[in-house]
Amino acid sequence: MSRIGWAVHDGHIVALRNVRKIRRVPEVLVFVLISPIMFVLLFAYVFGDSIPIAGLDYREFLIAGIFAQTVIFGATFTGAGIAEDMQKGIIDRFRSLPMSRSAVLVGRTASDVIYNLLSILIMTLTGLLVGWRIRGSLIDALGGFLLLLVFAYAFSWVMAFVGLLVPSVEVINNASFIVIFPVTFIANTFVPSENLPGPLRTFAEWNPVSAVTQAAREAFGNTNPALPPPDVWPLRHPVAYTLLWVGIILVVFIPLSVRQYQRAAAR
Amino acid sequence: MPAVIEARGLTKRYGHVTALDGLDLDVPSAQVLGLLGPNGAGKTTAVRILTTLLRPDAGRATVAGVDVLEQPEEVRRRIGLSGQYAAVDETLTGYENLEMIGRLYRLGRRRARARASELLERFSLTDAAGRPVKTYSGGMRRRLDLAGSLVAEPSVLFLDEPTTGLDPRSRVTMWEVIRELVDRGTTLLLTTQYLEEADRLADEIVVIDHGRAIARGDADALKAEVGGERIEVVVRDTDRIGEVGGILETVALGQVVVGGQGNQLTAPVAGGPDTLMRVLRELDAAGLELLDVGLRRPTLDDVFLALTGQPTDDAAEPGGGAATEEVGP
Ligand SMILES: Nc1ncnc2c1ncn2[C@@H]1O[C@H](COP(=O)(O)OP(=O)(O)O)[C@@H](O)[C@H]1O
Ligand SMILES: [Mg+2]
Repeated sequence: MSRIGWAVHDGHIVALRNVRKIRRVPEVLVFVLISPIMFVLLFAYVFGDSIPIAGLDYREFLIAGIFAQTVIFGATFTGAGIAEDMQKGIIDRFRSLPMSRSAVLVGRTASDVIYNLLSILIMTLTGLLVGWRIRGSLIDALGGFLLLLVFAYAFSWVMAFVGLLVPSVEVINNASFIVIFPVTFIANTFVPSENLPGPLRTFAEWNPVSAVTQAAREAFGNTNPALPPPDVWPLRHPVAYTLLWVGIILVVFIPLSVRQYQRAAAR
Repeated sequence: MPAVIEARGLTKRYGHVTALDGLDLDVPSAQVLGLLGPNGAGKTTAVRILTTLLRPDAGRATVAGVDVLEQPEEVRRRIGLSGQYAAVDETLTGYENLEMIGRLYRLGRRRARARASELLERFSLTDAAGRPVKTYSGGMRRRLDLAGSLVAEPSVLFLDEPTTGLDPRSRVTMWEVIRELVDRGTTLLLTTQYLEEADRLADEIVVIDHGRAIARGDADALKAEVGGERIEVVVRDTDRIGEVGGILETVALGQVVVGGQGNQLTAPVAGGPDTLMRVLRELDAAGLELLDVGLRRPTLDDVFLALTGQPTDDAAEPGGGAATEEVGP
């Protein structure tokens, strides 16, 4: 097998180990799944009627934004998982084996996709309960879910890197908030980017989180021809722009994280 | 024959602490080297460098003919390592830990599973195989960790303080396991704080302190330098100490020394428990009463005292490496 082939193989083994651990401590899942439900309900009922958007029900507008924010927050688990792994004795075992140097990271980012799959499922159900509807084709909608997952996967590599930098698991949540809050709020997730003032608006328009949200909105058919996206390239081509960012993030953060892993593990 | 483990001038500094200071080691094929030293002597640092987990600041090393710095991956394929702290996953079961390691050695699923079961059996962990490791005792954890290091049947093995923290019974079990591996021809580098352990397991002993070798040789040579086992008695009636001394002199290899508050006698002996029994029988027959009696074997601290004229740095610490060793069964 090639080096890449072995990297996938070894990453797969580590991912299986992580899944086993989730199954053994299922309490973690409860917390993973409660916050998406809470988000959908809070936004739907607290802001649902107070933020008017011309020609569109706010809840319809909102759901894609909540989906995007939640799966990006899911990356926090990746950061915490890596930070925790690094403190455990098993890392010394991993390091002394002739296995791929990327396996711990590949395995962690892969197994964490499960969290996002589950939270998307839960949010979809909660959303449907509060009146959200998929108005396009099912295929398109599935494409939207897939894009969200792919983007979240890429983003989990950013948090994996952060997880390797922090000295302990406790620090990771605060570190994540510093990264995640700005990118998910200065975007079109909760209000249309047009509503934002000057520089924030430009940031929001070029923010990949806006693009993935816009792409999901379009995929779910939660848009209105009367309310077209702003005339900027990222939001006019949200799928392409999102995938571009996915590529950039992976190309930058996979090697960066693998290098940091080797350094951190050698302490 | 060239050495299977060869290190030259290994040096490692942490800030102003010199963990290793030009250490040389040679372990011939199928031999056991005991790296003996107190806490902080540099044992773990040496093991981590030889097993590619750490890069030295200076020096070089080869393991199984492969350069540790140039081809770490190749070295990892050939060695097994059981570190000072058990490198096992607490949430997984013993079986799952070993299976995972087998698959990461790329044995394939079937062989990894077979190997896991085989090793669990060999290390008497079959009954606990399906339990999460966090329910294991210290001894079981160490055995599982050792099993993990043997998954790929390495011919070179590194064990970093394999029995520290184990109760006497687990320690003896561990010794048996290690002995068996060595009998099969494994080349072993073992670190320990116990002279008795090095004596039992090692063909050659290197005593290290502050990252430097301060003595080398086989156990007998070392003990000759330090002095072997001794019988110590504390008599009840100091008036009759002469009689007790007379009996001890019949078995003593050297001079019988008076110590304590003039009521303690120490005699260098050979023959261990048998000799002790003989002495006790004679004392009893003569109606001599004792407050205390014991067979003392030299400890790491005795070695340090003999070699450096000073006790180990941590001799005063409770539970430190220099605590008096129990006499093994
Ligand atoms: N990562 C580290 N950072 C700073 N000092 C260290 C580190 N690892 C070891 N040391 C120091 O190096 C010396 C040797 O440590 P070590 O090799 O662990 O000794 P031993 O295993 O014989 O107890 C000690 O003084 C220890 O404090
Ligand atoms: Mg140590």
